[in-house]
Amino acid sequence: MASGVRPRVKAPRSAEAGEVVTIKTLISHKMESGQRKDSDGNVIPRSIIHRFTCDFNGTNVIDVKMEPAISTNPYFEFEAKIPEAGDMVFTWHDDDGSVYTETKSVAMA
Amino acid sequence: MKFNAMTAMAAVLFSVPGLVSADPDDDTLVVNGEIEMTTKAEPPAHLDGVLPTIMSGWHFRADETQALQMDDFDNSGMIFVDEGRAQWNKVEGSEGKSCATCHEDPSSMKGVRATYPKWDETAGEVQTVAMQVNDCRENNMGADPYGYTSGQMANMEALIAVQSRGMPVDVAIDGPARDMWEAGKELYYTRTGQLELSCANCHEDNYGNMIRADHLSQGQINGFPTYRLKNAKLNTVHARFKGCVRDTRAETFKPGSDDFVALELYVASRGNGLSVEGPSVRN
Repeated sequence: MASGVRPRVKAPRSAEAGEVVTIKTLISHKMESGQRKDSDGNVIPRSIIHRFTCDFNGTNVIDVKMEPAISTNPYFEFEAKIPEAGDMVFTWHDDDGSVYTETKSVAMA
Repeated sequence: MKFNAMTAMAAVLFSVPGLVSADPDDDTLVVNGEIEMTTKAEPPAHLDGVLPTIMSGWHFRADETQALQMDDFDNSGMIFVDEGRAQWNKVEGSEGKSCATCHEDPSSMKGVRATYPKWDETAGEVQTVAMQVNDCRENNMGADPYGYTSGQMANMEALIAVQSRGMPVDVAIDGPARDMWEAGKELYYTRTGQLELSCANCHEDNYGNMIRADHLSQGQINGFPTYRLKNAKLNTVHARFKGCVRDTRAETFKPGSDDFVALELYVASRGNGLSVEGPSVRN
């Protein structure tokens, strides 16, 4: 697991049925592109988060494939329609095999 | 408001004011919808009227950049505050202590950022927050000091600064700190480098104008440490000073040197009355 990785999510605690809410996510990660060299000229191996997903009660909301050009601490902001109360599960997949997850519950207003 | 003949002409030529004008805006900075920041204030008396208003660098940035500082989730500087908090609780050094051992919660640092740099009676010198942190690490914790402008130091400064967010900067320039302050003022108005530029040439005479593609601010440091979009990390005051002096094509002073401590004291005093914003977001 890369060091200093911490997922953060900002989502509303409650919503009306069918309401479209804005969700913000950020994960602190160095996103080493694999293109850079260290001071000795050796290539620093690629280490990025290559996939990000969000599921609501088992239904996929967003599934993002990420490439090395994405900057450090990737931030995603997107909208989702909340049909019912439930759990939103956010998942980040690291190149090194680590999977980071975060869950946010949304209640009906 | 800074308005010169050039911008006036340009505004007339294009008849689209705002498109070519590089003037600071009049937006209001409220963080998280609750912390109201003073980003424009009456200049402190010691400035003798050289600036009509003192303004945070926030006003000189684009709306998109400004918005990043208005919500802690969007403010990437807060990532480093979290890292600073981890450092705060980490036991290091021969004494088996962390910052939390003596200072408990970081909230005990409330007000610190607003009054530093500050004369330290015991040490007999003006000390910055960074010097205090390293003094504590070396003498109380028995740990290695952080590099003066290192990432770890920036994280710690951000954690300390965020406790004072919204409080007015209020550094003391009288008493024993006076000599250092005078030295800082001298440096502020001294031209350096092949370009022969002093701090004042850009940040006093030309704020609000463009320097190539960039928008010159008043060079206030109430927002430090600052998350810069250009390098995606926190930047400390001395690292920024160094960058500025380097850009005049001079050999720079060393971060943590007496020269830069004096300059920090002087520049901080020019912002007496503005709110502590650290960690702020700039381009």
